[in-house]
Amino acid sequence: MNIPSDAVGFVSPQKIAFETPLTFASGATLDRYDLTVETYGELNASRSNAVLVCHALSGHHHVAGFYKDAPDPSKSEGWWDNLIGPGRPLDTRKFFVIGLNNLGGCHGSTGPGTTNPATGDPFGNDFPIVTVPDWVRAQTRLADHFGIDTFAAILGGSLGGMQAMQWSIDFPERVRNVLAIAAAPKLSAENIGFNEVARQAIRTDPDFHDGNFYAHNVVPKRGLRLSRMLGHLTYLSDDLMGEKFGRLLKGEDYQFGFDVEFEVESYLRYQGDKFAGYFDANTYLLMTRALDYFDPARAFDGNLAAAFAKSTAKFFIAAFTSDWRFSPARSKEIVRALLANKHDVSSAEIESVEGHDSFLMPIPQYHALLRSVFEGIKV
Amino acid sequence: MSANYIRPDFDVVTEWVPKGASVLDLGCGDGELLARLQRERQTKGYGVEISDASVLACMERGLNVLQGDIESGLNLFEDAAFDVVILSQTLQATRHTEALVREVLRVGKSAIVTLPNFGHWSVRWQLGVGGRMPVSKRLPYQWYDTPNVHFSTITDFDVFCQEKNVTVERRAVLSGGHAVTFLPNLRGETAVFQIRR
Repeated sequence: MNIPSDAVGFVSPQKIAFETPLTFASGATLDRYDLTVETYGELNASRSNAVLVCHALSGHHHVAGFYKDAPDPSKSEGWWDNLIGPGRPLDTRKFFVIGLNNLGGCHGSTGPGTTNPATGDPFGNDFPIVTVPDWVRAQTRLADHFGIDTFAAILGGSLGGMQAMQWSIDFPERVRNVLAIAAAPKLSAENIGFNEVARQAIRTDPDFHDGNFYAHNVVPKRGLRLSRMLGHLTYLSDDLMGEKFGRLLKGEDYQFGFDVEFEVESYLRYQGDKFAGYFDANTYLLMTRALDYFDPARAFDGNLAAAFAKSTAKFFIAAFTSDWRFSPARSKEIVRALLANKHDVSSAEIESVEGHDSFLMPIPQYHALLRSVFEGIKV
Repeated sequence: MSANYIRPDFDVVTEWVPKGASVLDLGCGDGELLARLQRERQTKGYGVEISDASVLACMERGLNVLQGDIESGLNLFEDAAFDVVILSQTLQATRHTEALVREVLRVGKSAIVTLPNFGHWSVRWQLGVGGRMPVSKRLPYQWYDTPNVHFSTITDFDVFCQEKNVTVERRAVLSGGHAVTFLPNLRGETAVFQIRR
């Protein structure tokens, strides 16, 4: 296959073991855990050029590059490959980039599908409920592992952006730039509602077995499929769906039945099936819950500005016009809290049609802004 | 033609902004003034711009810039959040001018406003004698493509401040980069006002 000259090329993940117990916000403890990571570029001698990329709901450590051993290597590119590489906005000739799979994930890091050493069975519903601050604490140990005192930047979209913000709140001295894209300071009732419908779809699937489906050699595919179909609807915009599918029919004419009639149904079913084929149902529950619980202002009587009081990072906050899941108004709440502290912050509202998913798209204005942020960082 | 000649009001603004002041530049364009203020007056602050190209230009200069429409209000900012709010060549392009001035004086302890003078003799000549809407170096637009919707003369703005109980702390009138004291409303091309509540 032909790899573009500005791509990071073939990559491979590594698993890092942490043998120190981690206690979660819920009070639960993991005695040990693994984090699966990928890195791109080289850490410089002063260890001042590290960038952490935090993933969103269904993301993982494979952020950029390709897998040589994939069934079709040309289709194995990382989920934010368009951003990262020599000459790309996050330039790997300058920066050392780390992508990880968060705790509770299903792509190699310790999660509900991992064998619980205490029982010899998968954790299942025994896996601790994880929160964004829990993830950030696990990520600090990852930074320690690499000898990184301070990240040049931490970035993420959506739930990833929340982790980047949490870093600046909990470990202000350890991050110089925070890029929170298509994020929100907390979920709205509607956001939580969508998550709960997705969770109910999974938890009421007879194959879910209260989270211990592994023992039954089944996967709650129907629930996963429904939750992904719903998720997809909320990530896209009405405009984009109109453009992409409209009322296009799968066949010649109405079939007067409930099989796939419209292209949009076919698309959603395809996405749902694909997702159900590889994603862990318990991980989906955990990730959506982490979203629900995220509310850094809560510890400060609801005052978001107070939550950011100790932050010292320079912030870049971006939102997309077509994103109704975390709309530009939600990003403004973040900006307002940062301004109240007189923190360094720039914000952008980027024209797009792709909805919440816009943050993954190589929109020229968006990528030019990201490039300017990274070019401005001294390492 | 030097940059100073194009924007002589920048010299006045730079002179008037105190060292170390917190500033908000509304309609900051490519950030030239904001960058100069940081360099020469060690200010800290933010620009606000609506255009993609300008936001990017500011980011490339390493400035803090917030993308948004200043006409939809300044609700991002708290009361008296800034020592100086700057509206350089911006006010004439706004629709809700009076409301904006009120907002500016809410978030700023003072404001510096620069305006093109529609009372300049060449403007009067073009309209009064030529019968055409004026076009000049400083008002380079045709009537159909101008972003400027609220023209005023220096006297108009003086009267506006009087009627709205806005205090004018100082005023400078410029023509070709020089201060104008004699017949300013006739001979001035650009006016710079420092105002407060």
